[in-house]
Amino acid sequence: MTPPPPQTGPPLLEMRGITKRFPGVIANQDVDFDVRAGEVHTLLGENGAGKSTLMKILFGLYQPEEGEVLLRGEPIDITSPSEAIDARVGMVHQHFMLVPTMTVAENVALGIKSDRGPLTDLDAVSERIREISEAHGLAVDPDVEVWRLSVGERQRIEIVKALFRDAELLVLDEPTAVLTPQEVDDLFVILRRMTEEGRGIIFISHKLHEVMALSDRITVLRNGRVTGHTVPAETSRENLAEMMVGRAVKLSPHRPDVTPGAPRLKIRGLSVVGDRGTRAVDQVDLDVFGGEILGIAGVSGNGQRELAEVVAGLRKPEPGTSIELDGQAIDSASTRERRDLGLSYVPEERMRDGAIGDFTVSENIILVDHGSEKFSASGLLNFGAIKDHCNKLVEQFAVKTPSIETPTSSLSGGNIQKVIMARELSAGPAVLIASQPTRGVDIGSAEYIHERLVEQRDRGTATLLISEDLDEVLGLSDRIAVMFEGRVVAIVDHDDATREGIGLLMAGVFDEEPATT
Amino acid sequence: MRKLVAGAIPLLAALVAFLIGALMLVAIGASPWEGLKALVDGAFGDTNALAVTAVKATPLLLVGAGITIAFRASVINIGGEGQIVAGALLSTMVALLVPDLPAILLVPLVLIAGLIGGGIAGAIPGALKAYASVNEILSTIMLNLVMVQLMNYLLRGPLIDPLEVEAGTRIPQTERLSDNAALPTLIEGTRLHLGVVIALLAAVAAYVLLWRTPLGFRLRAVGHSPEAAKAAGIKVKQSTTAALAISGSLGGLAGAILVFGSEGQRMVTDGSSAGFTGSAGFNGIVAALFGGLHPLWTIPSSFLFGGLLTGATNLQRVLQVPAALAVALNGIVVVFVVSSGRVRERLEQFTSKRAELNAALKDGDS
Ligand SMILES: Nc1ncnc2c1ncn2[C@@H]1O[C@H](COP(=O)(O)OP(=O)(O)O)[C@@H](O)[C@H]1O
Ligand SMILES: [Mg+2]
Repeated sequence: MTPPPPQTGPPLLEMRGITKRFPGVIANQDVDFDVRAGEVHTLLGENGAGKSTLMKILFGLYQPEEGEVLLRGEPIDITSPSEAIDARVGMVHQHFMLVPTMTVAENVALGIKSDRGPLTDLDAVSERIREISEAHGLAVDPDVEVWRLSVGERQRIEIVKALFRDAELLVLDEPTAVLTPQEVDDLFVILRRMTEEGRGIIFISHKLHEVMALSDRITVLRNGRVTGHTVPAETSRENLAEMMVGRAVKLSPHRPDVTPGAPRLKIRGLSVVGDRGTRAVDQVDLDVFGGEILGIAGVSGNGQRELAEVVAGLRKPEPGTSIELDGQAIDSASTRERRDLGLSYVPEERMRDGAIGDFTVSENIILVDHGSEKFSASGLLNFGAIKDHCNKLVEQFAVKTPSIETPTSSLSGGNIQKVIMARELSAGPAVLIASQPTRGVDIGSAEYIHERLVEQRDRGTATLLISEDLDEVLGLSDRIAVMFEGRVVAIVDHDDATREGIGLLMAGVFDEEPATT
Repeated sequence: MRKLVAGAIPLLAALVAFLIGALMLVAIGASPWEGLKALVDGAFGDTNALAVTAVKATPLLLVGAGITIAFRASVINIGGEGQIVAGALLSTMVALLVPDLPAILLVPLVLIAGLIGGGIAGAIPGALKAYASVNEILSTIMLNLVMVQLMNYLLRGPLIDPLEVEAGTRIPQTERLSDNAALPTLIEGTRLHLGVVIALLAAVAAYVLLWRTPLGFRLRAVGHSPEAAKAAGIKVKQSTTAALAISGSLGGLAGAILVFGSEGQRMVTDGSSAGFTGSAGFNGIVAALFGGLHPLWTIPSSFLFGGLLTGATNLQRVLQVPAALAVALNGIVVVFVVSSGRVRERLEQFTSKRAELNAALKDGDS
C-alpha cells in the first residue's frame, strides 16, 4: 500500500453536504466526500447505501437537493454527463450503458466529438481501442457487436470507454464483480498506474478484500449517510463489514464436515452449442455427491450458464451427453420430470428465470409445486394450505415483505432471491443447482443464503454451486471445478485450493493435461 | 378504490363517444336528447328491452370471457367468428343426429358439442403457435375464413333442409332443429333464455379458472414470464395451446347458444360469418378490453355493448335515422375504448409479453 501522496493544493474533487431524496428514501444525506489527485478513495457500502446515487450526482445524472461539488477547488454545477466528461470525469457504470446492436468501436465512439465533423473515423477509434486494450491488458475486440459479449466482456468495454476519454477523475462502480482474480489484479495495476499519473480514482465495491488491497482511503456509507472514514492499515474486513451493516457479521459460514455419500448427480460427456453457435460446453464430466457442494469457478461466459441450463432441462445438449440423477437417466426428461425427481434450480437471471415480478410472493413460492396435492384439491387451489406454507417459509427464510400478497417486483433483490431459495429448498432437493445465488444481493441476505446452502448440503443434497464470486466458491465448496472455455480444466479439493491457484486456472493458465474427478 | 377509479376510465371514454354521437345526430338534424332517450329506452326501457339486451350480450360475454383467458396467457384470439361457427355447426349436427333425446340430455349435449367445436377451432391455431411458431393472429383470422366456407358448404349441401330442396328454393339453412334441444325461456313473454345464465356462469368460471385453479395459475405464469414458468417446470407449449383451446371453446358455446336460443331454432347463412354471429367474435374482444380484460368486469361491459346494439335498433326506428349512424356510434365507442390510456397500457404490456412468449416458444422444448 502506497501512503497517500502529500497534499498539494486543493483536492481534485470535493463533494460537500450532499443530500438527495427519492420518493420515500433519502439516498444521500449530508454526505462529504473528497478525492485527491493520485489516490484511490473507496466508497464502500451495501446495496442501496447510496453509492451509485452519489456518483450519479457527480456525473450530472441527478441534481442534489443540497450540497455543492468542487472540482480542482472550483465550484462546478454539473447538469449532464457530457459536462462531466468535458470536465474529465470518467464513469464506469454499474449497469452498462452500451447499445447491444452496435459494435464495441461504435459504442466507444458514441458521443465523442470528432475532429472530422459529424463523421467519426471508426477505424481510428478501433485502432485506439486496440492500443488501450493492449496497454492495459483488457482483451476487447473493437469490431464485435456488443450483444455477442458476455457480462464480463461488456464491463471491460466500459472501462476502455472511460480510458479512451482520458479521464482525470475516474469512477468505477463495482467494476470487479465479473472479473477473475488475475483480471482484478491487472485492473488494480492499471488503476495504480493511473494514480501515479496523477489521476484520482473513486472505487466502489462491497468486496472487502479488494477494498483492503486497493484503497488509499475508505469511506463507508450506510442508508445514505457516511458511517465512517478509515484507511486500510487501521481497519480489518470484519471492522468494515460492521460499519457497512451496522452490526457484527460472520464472513464465512461454518462448515461442519460431512462425508459425501453416493454421487447423486452424474454428468458424462456433456456438450452443448451456445447462443453464439459455438460449443459453449465441451465434454464435461462431473460427479456431485450427496452432502457436498461442488463449486464451479470461472469467468462468466465460459459455459457455466449453459451447463446449468442443460442439467435443468432448459437447453438441449449434443448427442452423447449423459446425465443421471440418483442413478436415473434424465437427459431426455422434461424440466417437470427432473423436478419431480428432486432437482431444484436457482437460475442466474433472477428476474427473468427465477421469479415472476408481477406475481405475488406466495404465487412465486408455489410456482413449482402449485399442482401438487399439497396445494390443490379437486381441481382448485387450496389457498388455506398455500397461505400457511408461504407464511411459514417467509418467516423461515427471513424474507422482508409487507405480506405474502405483495407483488414480488417491489421487493429488494436480496429478498426476491430469498423467495426463490425458499421455493427451491423447501422440498429438500436431491440435487440443487444454484447459479450466482448471491449476485447483487445485500450482505445480510447473502450471509443467510450461504447458511441455507450449507444446511441443505448437511442434509444430503448434492449442490452444484456456480458463481463468479471466487470468495463465495472458496468459502462454500467442498470441491472446486474450474471452467475455462467450456471445459472443466481442473477439480481441486477445498483444502488444496488457493485464490491464486484457482485464479490462474480461471484465466486459462493450466497444464495441458486437465485434471479428472 | 383504485380499482374503481381505474374502472371508471373506460366509462368516461364511452361518455365522450356518446357526446360525439349526439353531435352527429345534431348534424343530421335530429334531436340528440330524443336520440339518447330512444337509445336508452330501446336498450334498458322495459323488461322486454332488457331481455333482448341480455340475449345480445350473451355471445359478447362468452367470447369476451374467452379473450380474457387468452390475453392472460399472452396470446390473442381473433378467431372468435370461426369458433362461434364451429361450435354452432357441431352442435347442430349433434341435434340432427340424435333429435329424439329428451331435453334434459339433449340441451347439455348440444352445449358440450358447441364447446368442443369451438375448442377444436381454438386448439388448431394454439398448437400451430406452440409447436410450429405460427403467428396466432394470422392463423385465427385465416381459420375464420375457412369456417365460413365450411358453414356455407355444409348448409348448402349436406346439412340443408330437405324441404328447401323439395321446394327448389334452396335457402342455405338447416331444417328446424329438435325442440328438445331448444334452450328453455326463463321469463315467459320475453326472449330471455337459459343461454344468458350460461354465459354468466361461464364468465364466473373463467374467473375461477384463472385465479383459483392450477391450470389458470400456469396460464398466467406463462403469460407473465414464459422463461420463469419454463424454469419452474411449467409446460409452456401445452399452456399456450390450452389457452387458445379454452378461449375458442367459449366462442363455440356462444355458437351453440345462438342456434338453440334463436326463435328460428336452426342455422342459417347469408354467406358471411357476421350474418350468423352478428360480429360477436370481434365485438367480444372489445367488450373484454372495455372490461379491463377481467372476466367479471366483462359482464357489465358486455351488457353495455349489448344495450348499444339493441338501443341502436330502436334509435333507428324512432328517429328514422340511417342504420349507418348506429354502426358509426358503435365504432366510435370502440375507438375510444381502445385508445383510452388504461386499455392502451394493457395492450402495450401485452405486446411485449407476447414477444417474450414467442421467443420462449421458439427456443425451448418444454
Ligand atoms: N432513480 C431512483 N428513484 C427512486 N429511488 C432510487 C433511485 N435511484 C436509487 N434509489 C434509491 O436510493 C437508494 C440508494 O440507491 P443506490 O445509490 O443505487 O445505492 P447503491 O449504489 O449504494 O447500491 C436505494 O434505496 C434506492 O432504492
Ligand atoms: Mg449501486
